Amino acid sequence: MKDAAKSNALHFGVLATLLVLFFVLPPYHAGNLSRIMVLAIYAMGFNLVFGYTGLLSLGHAMFFAAGMYGFGLTANLAGWPVVLAFATGIVCAAALAAVVAALALRTAGVSFMIVTLMFAQTAYLVVLYFGEYTRGDEGFVVQKAARMIGEIDLTTDTARFFAAYILFAICFQGLARVIQSRFGRTLVAIRENEERTRMLGYDAQRHKLYAMILSGAVSGVAGAAYAMLFGYVGATFASVQYSIFPLLWVLLGGAGTTIGPLIGVLFMFYLIDFSSSFTNAYMLIAGVALVLLTLFAPHGLAGLVRRKVFAWLP
Amino acid sequence: MEFGPHLMLAALEGAVTAAILALTAMGLSIVFGVMRVVNVAHGEFYMLGAVLAWWVATVLGTHPAIGFVAALIIAPALVGGIAMVADRLVLKRVAYDADRTIVATIGMLYIIQQTTLMTFGPDARPVEPPFNTRLALPWFEWGENGFAMFWPWGLSTTSYKLFVIAAAAVVLVALWLVITRTKAGLLMRATQQDSETAQAFGVPVGRVYSLVFGLGAGLAALGAVLVVPIQQAHYLMGHDPLLLSFIVVIIGGLGSLPGTVIAALLIGMSDGIISVFFSPTLAKIIATLLVALVLVFRPQGLMGRAQT
Repeated sequence: MKDAAKSNALHFGVLATLLVLFFVLPPYHAGNLSRIMVLAIYAMGFNLVFGYTGLLSLGHAMFFAAGMYGFGLTANLAGWPVVLAFATGIVCAAALAAVVAALALRTAGVSFMIVTLMFAQTAYLVVLYFGEYTRGDEGFVVQKAARMIGEIDLTTDTARFFAAYILFAICFQGLARVIQSRFGRTLVAIRENEERTRMLGYDAQRHKLYAMILSGAVSGVAGAAYAMLFGYVGATFASVQYSIFPLLWVLLGGAGTTIGPLIGVLFMFYLIDFSSSFTNAYMLIAGVALVLLTLFAPHGLAGLVRRKVFAWLP
Repeated sequence: MEFGPHLMLAALEGAVTAAILALTAMGLSIVFGVMRVVNVAHGEFYMLGAVLAWWVATVLGTHPAIGFVAALIIAPALVGGIAMVADRLVLKRVAYDADRTIVATIGMLYIIQQTTLMTFGPDARPVEPPFNTRLALPWFEWGENGFAMFWPWGLSTTSYKLFVIAAAAVVLVALWLVITRTKAGLLMRATQQDSETAQAFGVPVGRVYSLVFGLGAGLAALGAVLVVPIQQAHYLMGHDPLLLSFIVVIIGGLGSLPGTVIAALLIGMSDGIISVFFSPTLAKIIATLLVALVLVFRPQGLMGRAQT
């Protein structure tokens, strides 16, 4: 089999496995699976800029939150139809990403991280400042009416799983296509050697901008989906912690691999789930994981597999 | 209170914030200047300083002054030691690569913070100040009877707050002398300018890195020990100092020491004054946004030179 065929087989295999798991697993774990898939969408969005373009953004929580509040506020307060509100969430995230990226991409390296961190902090404070509508840290619950698409009630386990599954499948396959396209190849070239890419005649700046916008939009999908499926919108999701999480997931799973983000989220979710059963300091596990990863497995789990076993891994 | 005395009170509070901030940000600035790494765990070293100060004061349990002086020496030394171990165990092994160091220090942030949560607990705990006399301040004004001095109600500070400002100034001057006048400072500056050439001339660059990382953490801890009698020790207290230190270091110019002090004064004073007159959240929004824009449009900061 050619590499491309192998990757296609792998991607469909992953999607098929997820579907089978829903019917096989007990309800508690099947419910977790919906959450993991939504968070994996977020991680995939982050992976596009971090893993493939080589830009370390520490502010992706603002795009996640833009999607979340874009959906939550329009659906809850303005009473917009669910699909329209969902689209608004994505547009908000993409627009925010466009503005932030246009400014932040004027810097590089350490400055880029700090600028994105600062913008995200500003976004977080803005959420707190407009506490009248956003209810600040406390957050608000999305009304049931805003969680129905036509006759489908997204609060039931099955509907929730399939909604998450469909969104995940679209983003997963879509991003895999993007990465195989000319555009995706150029992003990897920028990651490897930006100067040379520019010298070959590619507009590196424009490519990075588009990557950021796409990444922001995908993060927005995750944010809006989280609000729609789990019915809660809060300022925690805009905090620094939620900018760190995707970094952790992607590093753990393997930056610059298509299945890395899903593996990372899955692994981390159960690690925290397991450790929070006996300590409330569960973020300790995240910290230890980060340090060990940078020391021993800078390419993550999927990166390890790619290096040792399957060199074709996308 | 009228506007004038109110402003003076705000400025005094701002000066205390600025003094602490100058120490904390100086630690971050030295580490960045010499090692070219961003230490995201810096705020946690600050928190650790405060928590250890509480621990030392409680264990000794004698007169507050003795506990405080002991904490002033022991806490920064311990924190510096922990930082040096962290440098040896982690940062050295990732070869001070910029991206990987950031990820590793984010990991260290959570390890320190959550370990403190497990041992120290989620409560905020106070340390008694060694002395705390309330000093009323006079206000001068041209009134009906010409120039008059009176004592407005509420316009006062404490002797401890004045001590904090003086102590921070002394430490900063001492640090300046160490860097510019001693052999250790010379080695630091040599490493900062060109670590490879310094190594070729026999400077133990690895040891300089460890010491600088320890010194940076120790400065943060010292700031925290000074602040803990005013503000209680809490396991999440490292967050704001980290962001503010980042802001100060960036505005001052990454790695520029005089710039750091000036920026700390600027940010600390304006933070104090703006928070008194406006909503603190709005003040923070404006400050963070401004910093981001400074970095975008003037990446070398106010005092820094353009990097080549």
